[in-house]
Amino acid sequence: MMIETEYLAPRNIDQLFEGIRGRIGQVKFMAGCTNVLPSLRARAISPGLLVDLTGLEEMAHIRKVNRVISVGALTTMTALVSSEIIQKESPILASAARQLGNPLTRNRATIGGNLADASPAADMAPPLLALEATIHTAGPEGKGREIPLDRFFLGPNKTVLGEDEIITRITIPKPEDPWKGSHIKFGLRNAMAISVASVALMLEMKENVCRKARVALGSLSPTPIRAYLVEKELEDREITDEVLERCTVAVNQEISPISDIRGSADYRRQVAAVLLKRAIRQAHMGRK
Amino acid sequence: MKTYELGIKLNGQAVSAQVHAHETLLDVLRKKLGAKEVKNGCGKGDCGACTVMLDGTAVNACLTLALQANGREVTTVRGVGTEDQPHPIQESFVRHGAIQCGYCTPGMVVSAKALLDRIPNPDRGQIREGISGNLCRCTGYNKIIEAIENAASKAQS
Amino acid sequence: MKKQTIQITVNGEKHELDVELNALLINVLREELSLTGAKYACGNGQCGACTVLIDGESVLSCLTLAVAADGAEIVTIEGLAKPDGTLEPVQEAFLDNAAIQCGFCTPGMVIMGKELLDKNPLPTESEIREHIKGNLCRCTGYHSIVRAIKSCIK
Repeated sequence: MMIETEYLAPRNIDQLFEGIRGRIGQVKFMAGCTNVLPSLRARAISPGLLVDLTGLEEMAHIRKVNRVISVGALTTMTALVSSEIIQKESPILASAARQLGNPLTRNRATIGGNLADASPAADMAPPLLALEATIHTAGPEGKGREIPLDRFFLGPNKTVLGEDEIITRITIPKPEDPWKGSHIKFGLRNAMAISVASVALMLEMKENVCRKARVALGSLSPTPIRAYLVEKELEDREITDEVLERCTVAVNQEISPISDIRGSADYRRQVAAVLLKRAIRQAHMGRK
Repeated sequence: MKTYELGIKLNGQAVSAQVHAHETLLDVLRKKLGAKEVKNGCGKGDCGACTVMLDGTAVNACLTLALQANGREVTTVRGVGTEDQPHPIQESFVRHGAIQCGYCTPGMVVSAKALLDRIPNPDRGQIREGISGNLCRCTGYNKIIEAIENAASKAQS
Repeated sequence: MKKQTIQITVNGEKHELDVELNALLINVLREELSLTGAKYACGNGQCGACTVLIDGESVLSCLTLAVAADGAEIVTIEGLAKPDGTLEPVQEAFLDNAAIQCGFCTPGMVIMGKELLDKNPLPTESEIREHIKGNLCRCTGYHSIVRAIKSCIK
């Protein structure tokens, strides 16, 4: 099976933009290839030039600088799971990374790739949304910008990235006590599952009162979303059964799930309510 | 169509081939480098039959561009052990009936080796997670898990 | 089709049944007595899934007319465990040795395993394999079944 395409493996950003000059529109960026290769072989895409980003070594890092955690776009799921910084400072991100795919794909799948592919079920998105992540990009001629993650996704597999723009790193403000988080991925099996619904949230608790909430949902809308209505129900309130019920009403006003082979829209609505309550309770009980 | 020179160390031996940009490591191993022990199950990373190690890290060969392996070490099941010098994992698989049709076995053995390299004495939960990227339609997995458990404890003693 | 009244004892319980002359024992067990442990798989004696014990001997119930079992003591897989639910050693062994995948061949296999061990408590592997020769399994590759029966040898 022949696919006409060329290959470029730049060693640095300058080489990258030099190499793609004049070929914008034909380029497909790839790193772990776990999404791109199946698309390529199914002929869903036909790029003239495959640009392998894995040579851009500075884009594979996990750093904590003052109050900011920086994760390079080429960081693999395995690296996230085994990182002491991520385990300690943002365990909900480690939780999502641990449950993506399987051990083999986790060795190759990158955080940048997961976000750029922008599946509505993207595993990395809900925890990063709850952690208020920012996307940092690079473009030609030294251009680059910072995009808050909740403005990054436009639709299924669509983001605000330009055709000549790559994600270089993702930053999150380091969560401080008394913020507590939780993450639940719900799929049809324990591994290799595209999620049916997922919830990630961070709550700032003062005794029994939730001061601030960041709630994010995956696989329940055309893109991963922040559930602002749910957050409003939680903020400045005690976590009671009544408040939880109001959250489940609010969540159903925010999501627009579809019916697909993994579940019906109706089922997803029911699951969303259950997972939301469960996740809030888990965070409230202090289990990060 | 443009081709590129690929040079890798395959099970310790330096080999090379001319490859196209879109060819996967699986394509090249099987068709150009004679490594037919690496199986094509689904071709899209859902079954693990094509599991190999790239610089010691277990990956799906079908999800790796051949050119991404350039200059690196690739280990297939033959690099784990051979008929003349089988690895304890392979011997354990045979003893425990963990091989029925055999199609998942090359990938399964490489994943098992990668697991034991990381965790020399895994519990059952860790074994199950370690092979969760490798599907088997025959054995029901129990025998494979026992085989790996046994190989681990033999290595410990 | 003419009918005949037969008396059979199944798993210790006496039954009097009116059966057609061409009724197969497998069907009478499954449909009249709701003992669905014995499976109707091939229906022509090749697979062994229908195996039961008649007067202590293993028999293919799909090749046995019900009327031919008149007056006999029949044991099906349901009759192996004790009334309090305690399993036979060979049943425990199947569970412990991953000898059950889909489970369809299992009732027949277990009965053959029990019959062998009752007759010959120290079978060789060859003897085990010989004894279950008439029972097909499409799932396990037999290894774990043989191992399960072997593990009952004291």
